[in-house]
Amino acid sequence: MAKPTQTNISSLLKPIWGWITKGITPYIILVVYLAISSFLVFNSPRSLPAFLMFVSSVVLLYYLPTKIWYKAVLGVLIIFVIIPIVGVRNIFYLEIIFQICVFAALALGLNILTGFTGLLSFGYIAFYAVGAYLWGFFGGQQMFLLHAIPGSAGPPGKFFLPADTFYLFLFLGFGLAFLVGILLGLPVLRVRGDYLTVVTLGFGEVIRLLATNMDKPLNLTNGPQGISPIQRPTLPEPLLQALRVVLNPIVGHEVTLNEFYNLFFYLLALAIAVVIIIVTVRLDDSKLGRAWIAIREDELAAASMGIPLVTTKLIAFAVAASFAGIMGVIFSASRMFVSPESFIFMQSIGVLTMVILGGLGSIPGVILGAAIVVIINLGILTDLSIYLGELRQSDKVIPIINFAWKNLSSQLDPAKYQRLVFGIILILMMIYRPNGILPAKRRARAIEEHFVELNNNNNEKEAENGAA
Amino acid sequence: MERIIKSTVLRELLRPLGQIVAFVLGTGVILSILMFLISLIANKSAASLALIERNGIDLFTYTLINLPQVLVDGMALGFVYAAIALGYTMVYGVLEFINFAHSEIFAMGAFIGVELLLALNAAEKLSNITVATAFGWLFVAILAGMAASGITAVLIERIAYRPLRGAERLVPLISAIGVSFFLQDAIRLTESLTSGQFHRIFPTFGNFDERVSVLSFNVASTQMILDIPIKSLVVIVVAILMLVGLNYLVNATKLGKAIRSVAQDRNTASLMGINVNFVISMTFLIGGSLGGAAGVLYALKFTRIDPFVGFMPGIKAFTAAVLGGIGNLTGALLGGIVLGMVENFAGAYLGVFTMGNFGVEYKDLISFLILILVLIFRPSGLLGEQVSQKA
Repeated sequence: MAKPTQTNISSLLKPIWGWITKGITPYIILVVYLAISSFLVFNSPRSLPAFLMFVSSVVLLYYLPTKIWYKAVLGVLIIFVIIPIVGVRNIFYLEIIFQICVFAALALGLNILTGFTGLLSFGYIAFYAVGAYLWGFFGGQQMFLLHAIPGSAGPPGKFFLPADTFYLFLFLGFGLAFLVGILLGLPVLRVRGDYLTVVTLGFGEVIRLLATNMDKPLNLTNGPQGISPIQRPTLPEPLLQALRVVLNPIVGHEVTLNEFYNLFFYLLALAIAVVIIIVTVRLDDSKLGRAWIAIREDELAAASMGIPLVTTKLIAFAVAASFAGIMGVIFSASRMFVSPESFIFMQSIGVLTMVILGGLGSIPGVILGAAIVVIINLGILTDLSIYLGELRQSDKVIPIINFAWKNLSSQLDPAKYQRLVFGIILILMMIYRPNGILPAKRRARAIEEHFVELNNNNNEKEAENGAA
Repeated sequence: MERIIKSTVLRELLRPLGQIVAFVLGTGVILSILMFLISLIANKSAASLALIERNGIDLFTYTLINLPQVLVDGMALGFVYAAIALGYTMVYGVLEFINFAHSEIFAMGAFIGVELLLALNAAEKLSNITVATAFGWLFVAILAGMAASGITAVLIERIAYRPLRGAERLVPLISAIGVSFFLQDAIRLTESLTSGQFHRIFPTFGNFDERVSVLSFNVASTQMILDIPIKSLVVIVVAILMLVGLNYLVNATKLGKAIRSVAQDRNTASLMGINVNFVISMTFLIGGSLGGAAGVLYALKFTRIDPFVGFMPGIKAFTAAVLGGIGNLTGALLGGIVLGMVENFAGAYLGVFTMGNFGVEYKDLISFLILILVLIFRPSGLLGEQVSQKA
């Protein structure tokens, strides 16, 4: 069913694509497009279309065939000049980009587990929680409140560790999540298929419940209220002064410390996401990556080819967990706050949605999936909410049914309906495009073969179902 | 000939009743003995001394006094879990996949039932009515919940699962979780658009909140009272009726035979002239309507429902299904009863025995731990046969 439409679109696009990619055209297109979109984003605060145009220019940069040095120059320009300026001018954009980086890293981690190794996990966010609570505990004041009832004692006013140990804890978060990944992986690997999914769901909920309830006998997590405040690493004052001299005139206002921190965490998350992307790409092509995919395709065959199942799966668990752990540390520092609310089941499914949307096992696909889901959540849904809010304030009436916008229930707040979006994405993707927007290369080949096969024995399909 | 039919009917009606009694008694007795042993051992501990200081009774007496109440509550909860678990286990038996959306099917039933009663309440049909009428309306609400949930389940199967039949194993699982999330917010959207808030309170009517005093006597200078809320009784009775009815349907009717044969081997069943798609739809209808009835009962017992109400009972009922052996109807019943009892025991005694360090809030954790441990060490469950799992 899907095949004819695909060929139609691609045959339509082919001449256009050929014209775009010829000679010097892509170079000009990129520069012009980037300039226009940057200008729009710079000039229009909180405009979603402008931001989408800007993001699409990054996607274009990835796909248009230009020399690698050209891409590098434009990339550096975007990362270190355009985004900081645009972001500081309008912190909303920076927040979206920060979250895209964080969730891209998470989605890449889950991708190793679910996309490469075929172990579907519904509790992935637990590893994120491990990292976040690690820095939350040591980077906050919780060590002095161990015997206090949550909410009763005043803040001790001092922190347990100096703020700059944050950098050390990035590695500790990585290591701890790695260990937790192995610890959880060991028992989990005794089960397979959908049972494994349920066990991971169970573990995810256990970690969340522990975070909620470990406020007694020792107040480790401060219960449902969560830990606050949490330290951020210090930024050197001379550097900030120097940056202010440059940035203030461009963005048109005095840059505050919080905005510098947003900038800092954006760069940090981006740097780590880039490292994670490189690691994942290298892993994908390595012996280990091929072993993971072999396990996904056929465990029995993989085992008989001499792949050690348990070790290989455990490494997948540990690597996936460690990605989430390191991002958890960054998350708790950037929010200065951590609570069990951030690690509910829905977050696990959110990350899964990113992976499924982009394409299981496809690295660019997963990153794109993360970007799309974050933009939907923070951008489109929030904007819709604001728009509806404005309509509610106005005196407008829907003409035919004579419905006054004023009477619209204030509960109709699209920003709160993320589950609806996740649900629809998951169902539609599973039915119409189970391999995602950008299927992994190995998968793409398999799909083609599958469609050929499907056309051959379409009639026998119904009878074959039972065998699965 | 007629005698044989009659005896089959009788057997299929009596057997589940016997099983229910045996399971309840067995679980209750085992857990009670366990609890007594623990309380005897811990009777001289700091926890016991603290209790004497506060309430004037030691740990053993405390355990004894609370036991009947805990058992009855555990039973009511257990039957609700069992009714939901049957939905999971029937679908698993036929399609071999976990219907994650079953928890929302349950929530759907709860909402339709409660909305109906709220509408009746708003029309002042529920005030100043006789006990019989009150029971009548409750029965209507349960039927409405069953119908809504059953239809929802069939629609879900038709839209989100049937196109995926024969795909990789994980594909329908992901679709199911998508349906689950979609339904949660769909319910929330509808409810909040109609009234501005998305939770609902079960209306007070009839005599469901009153308590029947069953027995009371003195133990060690403390009066021991067992009084059961009428709504717990209703939950228990309705659930038992449903469980017996389902057992009859599956084991003694033609449709039941078709369901069992499809569960055993779908291809061969279709060769024998069974309409497989119809049978699968019927399985979803039956499992869904059981879930819906359980939803209304849950709302009756716990009063407040919101669109996310299905998640915890759903995952616990799944635990129950796994505990009893997934795909096995008797197992789901046993698993539900055991889980409900264990949860109530934990809720009632954990706080006192650990001097308030680990309280009621850990009972969810215990359910999850049971789920994880069973799946890891005995994935076939208490009653299930050893099945090789296809990855």
